[in-house]
Amino acid sequence: MKFGNTLKTASALVVALSLTASPLAFAAQQKGDLQIFSWWTGVASSKALKGMIGVFNQHYPGIKVTNEAVAGGAGSNAKAVLASRMEAGNPPGTFQVHAGGGSLLSWVQAGDMQPLNSLYKSQGWYKVFPKSLLNLLTINGKIYAVPVDMQRGNVTWYNPGVFKKYHLALPTTFPAFFKDAAILKSHGVTPLALANHGNWEATLLFSDVLLGTVGPVKYDQLLTGKASWNMYGVKEAANIFNRMMSYTNTDYSALHWQQADQLVAQGKAAMNVMGDWAQGYFTTALHLKPGVGFGWAATPGTHGVFGAVSDVFGLPAKLKNPTPTLDFLKVLGSKQGQDVFNPLKGTFSPRLDANPKLYDAYSRAAMQSYKRDKLVLVIGQGAVNPGFTNSFNNAMEIFVTNHNVKQFVSAVASAAQSNPLS
Amino acid sequence: MKGWTTAAQGARAPVRRRFSWDRFSAVATLIPSLILLGVFVYGFIAWTGYVSLTNWNSFIPNFSFAGLQNYINVFGTFRFQSDLRNIVVFTALFILGCLIVGMGLALLVDQRIRAEGLFRSIFIFPMAISFVVTGVIWSWILNPQTGVNLILKAFGWKTVPAWFLSTTIVPNITLGQIQVGIPLALLAVLIAAVWQMSGFAMAVYLAELRGIPDDMKEAARIDGAGAWRMFWSIILPQLRSTTTTIVIILSAASLKVFGLIYAMTGPGQEFVTDMPSLNMFQTTFQGDQFAQGAAIAIVILLLLAVFIIPYLISTLRQGTPS
Repeated sequence: MKFGNTLKTASALVVALSLTASPLAFAAQQKGDLQIFSWWTGVASSKALKGMIGVFNQHYPGIKVTNEAVAGGAGSNAKAVLASRMEAGNPPGTFQVHAGGGSLLSWVQAGDMQPLNSLYKSQGWYKVFPKSLLNLLTINGKIYAVPVDMQRGNVTWYNPGVFKKYHLALPTTFPAFFKDAAILKSHGVTPLALANHGNWEATLLFSDVLLGTVGPVKYDQLLTGKASWNMYGVKEAANIFNRMMSYTNTDYSALHWQQADQLVAQGKAAMNVMGDWAQGYFTTALHLKPGVGFGWAATPGTHGVFGAVSDVFGLPAKLKNPTPTLDFLKVLGSKQGQDVFNPLKGTFSPRLDANPKLYDAYSRAAMQSYKRDKLVLVIGQGAVNPGFTNSFNNAMEIFVTNHNVKQFVSAVASAAQSNPLS
Repeated sequence: MKGWTTAAQGARAPVRRRFSWDRFSAVATLIPSLILLGVFVYGFIAWTGYVSLTNWNSFIPNFSFAGLQNYINVFGTFRFQSDLRNIVVFTALFILGCLIVGMGLALLVDQRIRAEGLFRSIFIFPMAISFVVTGVIWSWILNPQTGVNLILKAFGWKTVPAWFLSTTIVPNITLGQIQVGIPLALLAVLIAAVWQMSGFAMAVYLAELRGIPDDMKEAARIDGAGAWRMFWSIILPQLRSTTTTIVIILSAASLKVFGLIYAMTGPGQEFVTDMPSLNMFQTTFQGDQFAQGAAIAIVILLLLAVFIIPYLISTLRQGTPS
């Protein structure tokens, strides 16, 4: 009993000491084990994670890191494994989760996460990360995770050659979009390439249409359960989406998002709406030059808004020894760690002092918007209640075919009711 | 199948009074697998059944009793109603397709043809391929823009089939929220599924055909039976029990179909190619709605039971010494 108390005091002291340490002066002599749980098993992402672990081991050679990445199902396999481990009271040292009100919120509500406010304070992170990003990680005034990368969900990718050929400017509003779309269609070019094999791509498109229709404030209220999905703006967005569908390819059910972007690259289609993971596909797989072979802009009506998709890591509450995790989170949020990690992964660092020179033309442009714009979440990228997302995708699968706005809106509204968004 | 029969006979064997080493070792060797089966099959079925009656529909476990609410919710969705239609249509046509094609191939291979072994291997080979590979390849072949349709167009077809992208349902009767009938998109999936599994039906039929005694055929021939009459009156009746076996095994494969759909079409527009297993996976592991996912799993189990239980009863009865 007494011994246990001494241990507790000792470990609390270690935590307190490590928290008060200055930002990059890591205490190097600790020993221990750390399991890092993620679904980063792809070539680029696993390389990036190894890079980050390398930086960590430079500072903490005594801590043995196990990379517990689980492959498959776009993270759904990993989430299932994680859920059973958390359930059994055997959490990994830290784990990957998306910023926003998705799984992160569930874990916090379950009492499985520790707040990190003191870590943020000791590392000076309140100034380093934009407040609008921290808002996405804050629940009841407490911050629960450290962001490591940033991706954008509201991007129109386009073929500059096609727009030049027909003397068109990239549309920034919906009326302009439909005007251009009619012209492109009359020349036999698919105005908007769409892929929906995975049953989430159309949701992403709708999310961006909704954002462009109702604006960031109302959109934010919808995604956080503060506004009703029966509002007029949702119907309006559904109508615009419907009209857009008449300007897409018809075989979208058979296509993966890369194939839609390929249509754009080949000039068979003019535009595609996709997250900026598409950029890696254009440059690496298709060897196109940013700004020449492909162009990008915010989706119609969303200029000045940044749809944020960010991987974050937190501190599980039931850890026996939280020190290695806190040490890792320090490196994870550090400039040095993020500057190694992000260029390898094809994302960019969410730190305001990140070095733009490490990135290509697209990422530099995205970084600029990120620093300037209002951040919002994107439906379907782990950002809201998973049950809501699943029901939303199901409603979408019907809506893309039957175009029934009333039925769609009522399905989404009832999904929001049975899967609370806050 | 043979195992079931023996087990049934063993259970009914007269009880011996004296300790028998044989008997002891038989029980001892059975115990580990009985325990494993008990825990990992029946235990988990019971657990899934229990979860399906709770309110556990998010990450946070919640074992409060929900009654049949999850089942009511699941059955009330457009998606699950579509799943039920699809699984019934798919299973019926899949089994029918495999039986017909499989028997046809078996009869052809049985004609003492040259290079019989080669043909047998060719027909049975697709079975060795993973359903995921089959799904991806057939999704390329049947892609309306790039696949076999290019050949059809080259032959002058004006309107080409939309294959698995079709949302047409024939005959299209409204029932509940959905249209009941055969979704044409499923036919494209069926082509791939039958292609893969009819070799299995062929192999089983072929073994049985070889087992039909020659003197029986000889006798029929002497009685003046033609080829057609021979098939209907001699061969087909002999194949009845084999057919039952094939139907049971294929129905189990069909009701659980997942990889093929996941790789080839996904749920499809308006869920024309969705299956309960796919819905279960997404509900549970993408939507974190564990109780609803469990409810779908139990419905799949009950559907399987519809096929398996009558079969078990009939084999147990056959095994009973009279």
